[in-house]
Amino acid sequence: MSLPGAKRWLLLGIALAAVASHFAHSPELGLNRYYLGVAVDVGIAIILAVSLNLINGHTGQFSLGHAGFMAVGGYTAAKISLLISPAGEAAWGFPLALLGGGLLAALAGLLVGIPSLRLRGDYLAIVTLGFGEIIRVAVQNMESVGAASGLKGIPKYTTLGWTFGLAAITIYVITALVNSTYGRGFIAVHDDEVAAESMGIPTTRYKVTAFVTGAFFAGIAGGLYAHHKQFLSPTGFDFLKSIDIVVMVILGGMGRTAGVAAAAVILTLLPESLRAFSEYRMIIYSLLIILLMMLRPQGLFTFQRKQGGAS
Amino acid sequence: MSAPLLQLDAATIQFGGLTAVSAFTTAVADNELVGLIGPNGAGKTTAFNLITGVYQPTSGSIRFAGQPTVGLKPNQLTRLGIARTFQNIRLFHSMSVFDNIRAATQLHRRHGILDALWRGRAHRAGEREVEARVMELLEIFSLDKQRGELAKSLPYGDQRRLEIVRALATKPRLLLLDEPAAGMNPTEKDDLMRLIRFVKDRYQIAVLLVEHDMKVVMGICERIAVLEYGRKIAEGSPQEIQRHPQVIEAYLGAAASGKESPDA
Repeated sequence: MSLPGAKRWLLLGIALAAVASHFAHSPELGLNRYYLGVAVDVGIAIILAVSLNLINGHTGQFSLGHAGFMAVGGYTAAKISLLISPAGEAAWGFPLALLGGGLLAALAGLLVGIPSLRLRGDYLAIVTLGFGEIIRVAVQNMESVGAASGLKGIPKYTTLGWTFGLAAITIYVITALVNSTYGRGFIAVHDDEVAAESMGIPTTRYKVTAFVTGAFFAGIAGGLYAHHKQFLSPTGFDFLKSIDIVVMVILGGMGRTAGVAAAAVILTLLPESLRAFSEYRMIIYSLLIILLMMLRPQGLFTFQRKQGGAS
Repeated sequence: MSAPLLQLDAATIQFGGLTAVSAFTTAVADNELVGLIGPNGAGKTTAFNLITGVYQPTSGSIRFAGQPTVGLKPNQLTRLGIARTFQNIRLFHSMSVFDNIRAATQLHRRHGILDALWRGRAHRAGEREVEARVMELLEIFSLDKQRGELAKSLPYGDQRRLEIVRALATKPRLLLLDEPAAGMNPTEKDDLMRLIRFVKDRYQIAVLLVEHDMKVVMGICERIAVLEYGRKIAEGSPQEIQRHPQVIEAYLGAAASGKESPDA
């Protein structure tokens, strides 16, 4: 995608999200709260999947720790909100809380990124998996954030507008980053690390940048999630959550932002739509994923890359 | 003569008990075309990896443009002016021909990550500059018609050429070519010899060439160093090397009588 008017598209996306949000949340319209909730889930999933795609797709590293970054961001943002106003009457503090969560998650991304950069493939996957579990266990034992029984009473600040506005920003940032001479370094690292290094590309710095940026947005997603569900529990951030996001990235076609975002939508709606078959829900879900992977191993939405190269 | 561009001084590397390159001393001057030959497993590619920072020497020293390079990473050495190609072609397979070269212009780009996000004037100007440079290189090496194709879908000879052009995009002072003629037919080899001479003359750079094909090596190199079991056994002009008894015994065999070596 060439991006001459990309900034305009971004503004348009944010404006649309704000307008949609205004109407959707207005009591006169009386939209079903369940559907609104699912829509927010979808937006959060898009942020998670698109940000993980920078690490796993574009840069070709295998991280299984995205739920860990999300947890760091979620708990941090929730704590900030509760500190500002325990009664949840300070919506102005929400952006601060989200930013704080994102920054702390980015710091976690830096800490995980640096040692794991010496590792490749499966080994990196194991290290990031371990990181995610450490976060979960740490939270489980921290009384100040509710420990195993969870953190309750988080104010409900997350709206459709915040969610999709931030999803638009996430998509913009990652697309703009990758589609530039600077960003082609990420893809070069993905294609051949040895060759990239020989072409003067500081592969270590690129990998750290991918981890930090991806973690930042995962942290933002965590903050949105916390102020959406109003309750955080360590079990919500186990490694299955990371796997869910990885599946979205793989199904969307590693490194294809549009495909990954679409996969995030589908894989969030799918289990919801299967609620009617409650007992068989997870079986059907799993079977569908197996089928999709067999039929489209290159990803649902992967087509030959356009002439000229960039995705 | 001023100090050489590249100076290896007793460079040695051991892997466990095996000494892959042993006390290798040689030098490459500015704009010189030097060949590095030797039987399979003699340590030629390992020597390349020492020069380019992939491996660090166990002992000895390496200097490039007067600066010690031990401890530097490959990307830092590329920044100093050492570029290379690989024995088994390592192009960026998911990128187009154009983007392969564009990716190699990283270190000369002045616009950075924030420009990429803001997409302002600095970014546009920077991108235009990079694109013009890539197009120029593609035209000089007549790859411009294939610029939109995926690198991996090019014919073999073109892939080798693209790899050389990609290395040139980093603006090197020393170009290391690791068996560029491998797998080429006689016509392609002739083209390659012309290409290497052209690159050396046009960009005024030094070339260090690892090659098995004696016709190519003898045809274009000004000086040749011979490795056997990690040791340098001879160094001199192509004529001297062809007559050197130890070289004939170790490596050239049939080529000593003027024919190509068996594995050429």
